[in-house]
Amino acid sequence: MSPKTLYDKIWDAHVAHESEDGTCLLYIDRHLVHEYPVSDVRQGIVHIVGPEQGWTLPGMTVVCGDSHTATHGAFGSLAHGIGTSEVEHVLATQTLIQKKSKNMKVEITGKLRPGVTAKDITLSVIGATGTAGGTGYVIEYCGEAIRDLSMEGRMTVCNMAIEGGARAGLIAPDEKTFEYVKGRPHAPKGAAWEAALSYWQTLYTDEGAHFDKVITIKGEDIAPVVTWGTSPEDVLPITATVPAPESFKGGKVEAAQRSLDYMGLTAGQKLTDIEIDTVFIGSCTNGRIEDLRAAAEILKGKKIKVKRAMVVPGSGLVRAQAEEEGLAQIFIDAGFEWRLAGCSMCLAMNPDQLSEGERCASTSNRNFEGRQGYKGRTHLVSPAMAAAAAITGHLTDVREMM
Amino acid sequence: MEKFSKISGVAAPLPLVNIDTDMIIPKQFLKTIKRSGLGVNLFDEMRYDRQGNEIADFVLNKPAYRQAQILVAGDNFGCGSSREHAPWALADFGIKAIISTSFADIFYNNCFKNGMLPIVLPQEAVDVLMKDAEKGSNARIEVDLESQTVTSSDGQSFKFEVDAFKKHCLLNGLDDIGLTMEKAKSIDAFEAKAAMERPWA
Ligand code: SF4
Repeated sequence: MSPKTLYDKIWDAHVAHESEDGTCLLYIDRHLVHEYPVSDVRQGIVHIVGPEQGWTLPGMTVVCGDSHTATHGAFGSLAHGIGTSEVEHVLATQTLIQKKSKNMKVEITGKLRPGVTAKDITLSVIGATGTAGGTGYVIEYCGEAIRDLSMEGRMTVCNMAIEGGARAGLIAPDEKTFEYVKGRPHAPKGAAWEAALSYWQTLYTDEGAHFDKVITIKGEDIAPVVTWGTSPEDVLPITATVPAPESFKGGKVEAAQRSLDYMGLTAGQKLTDIEIDTVFIGSCTNGRIEDLRAAAEILKGKKIKVKRAMVVPGSGLVRAQAEEEGLAQIFIDAGFEWRLAGCSMCLAMNPDQLSEGERCASTSNRNFEGRQGYKGRTHLVSPAMAAAAAITGHLTDVREMM
Repeated sequence: MEKFSKISGVAAPLPLVNIDTDMIIPKQFLKTIKRSGLGVNLFDEMRYDRQGNEIADFVLNKPAYRQAQILVAGDNFGCGSSREHAPWALADFGIKAIISTSFADIFYNNCFKNGMLPIVLPQEAVDVLMKDAEKGSNARIEVDLESQTVTSSDGQSFKFEVDAFKKHCLLNGLDDIGLTMEKAKSIDAFEAKAAMERPWA
């Protein structure tokens, strides 16, 4: 048998029908629904609650009517965000009409340097490939730096596969994955667990399997990064300066100029000189316990200099755990608002909005115009970088605070 | 779903790259689950000022482009949300086809489900059509799905690729669910087999 990628294996195990032209009906194991009721402690963002409850398991096909469904790929499950018509199709037929995507391997080799996190990996990959770089592909993230990440970190990486244009992101399951899943409310138990486990252990890319595109980044080369513009591909190391629009090519010149105008920045300005009004820590990208720990670590015993700062845990369970670990108190003492679980300022559907011109260091995933409020300005960063900016009042290299 | 075969219409030029779904339809309009009525809020933040007045120099506010049926857009059109409000808003406005060098995957799929044709062409072709679109209402671009061609107002033709199944559905106005139901037997058989092999799922 010819060697297969992880994607090939999951795909092959779910094709319920294949037409001559390659259009397939892909069988869907799980259809996640977006929000839990507010009254439930398990309430929160589906991409955080799903894995917590053991709804997401390796080797599964998962869909949800939200583009960040890619998050669940951290478990080695093939997770697609789908639109309303496709949701209706899944409800009626338990399948999705799909053609197989191409395979892309994104390998992060070696070790990360201190102060560099999963968010910096995923932003750096988008910075390298562009927001359309993943179009038509399913990405498998691999390499030592990915293996070294916790499950939380892996979810952060896969979460933003979609910002890189990919149809889904995947990470092969390993001992860490199994350890995380074991004992969760909806995870298999007893004999079913043993059977599942022996199947899951076959879910990896075979030696010599074919990828249509391969990208390799050295873990040591990744710095803490921030976005300067209004597209997630506008990524630079914190030590850099705001780029000149002329330094780009084609349609991007105009887009970069528009971004700089929108963001109120001038070419050549040092990123660390950019003053911040607001800090938001949370979202399905960075609203997990480890994210809160990383931010609290920097904030411990310090006070914020920004006008407002808020932490919005991704789920009720994350919130409860953070209170138990004393993280909530660290945030409150530093001057942060300690909020109920949810999406909050990630998309500004509620009163948590930026006002015109207000500048936010945010751990969310989209810096589109108006994403966090009309004319609001968003810089995407890791939780540790967000905490550093909160303390100094401007974008800051977190490594100087460690 | 309405059938799509051939259109000939005014194309609005939107050269910006990375036009995202939030720009197409800002999120305050995402609460509706109705597919119609979103056209007035298409490109809301670029099209209207804070008081709700039209911004005169936004392309769709210009007299020439108010009835545009085609958009010629910059690279990576439609990145962002998986919700279908962006295609709904475009379709409700009257857009039937969108031409770009690339589209975000989910958006691309969602277009077909709403009777719209997204067309991927190489940069040089998009450049020609963008120039053509800039000529205003005198320039009518023709899109022919059957022969998979786009023709500029001065007769330059470009061939585009489209998935055979998607083309078939669009040409005949077929609905996916109905088609899949015809394969119910295969799905049932698969389901039974999967229940044996992976009972935990
Ligand atoms: S946190 Fe933001 S990106 Fe994630 S599901 Fe909520 S609104 Fe969407």
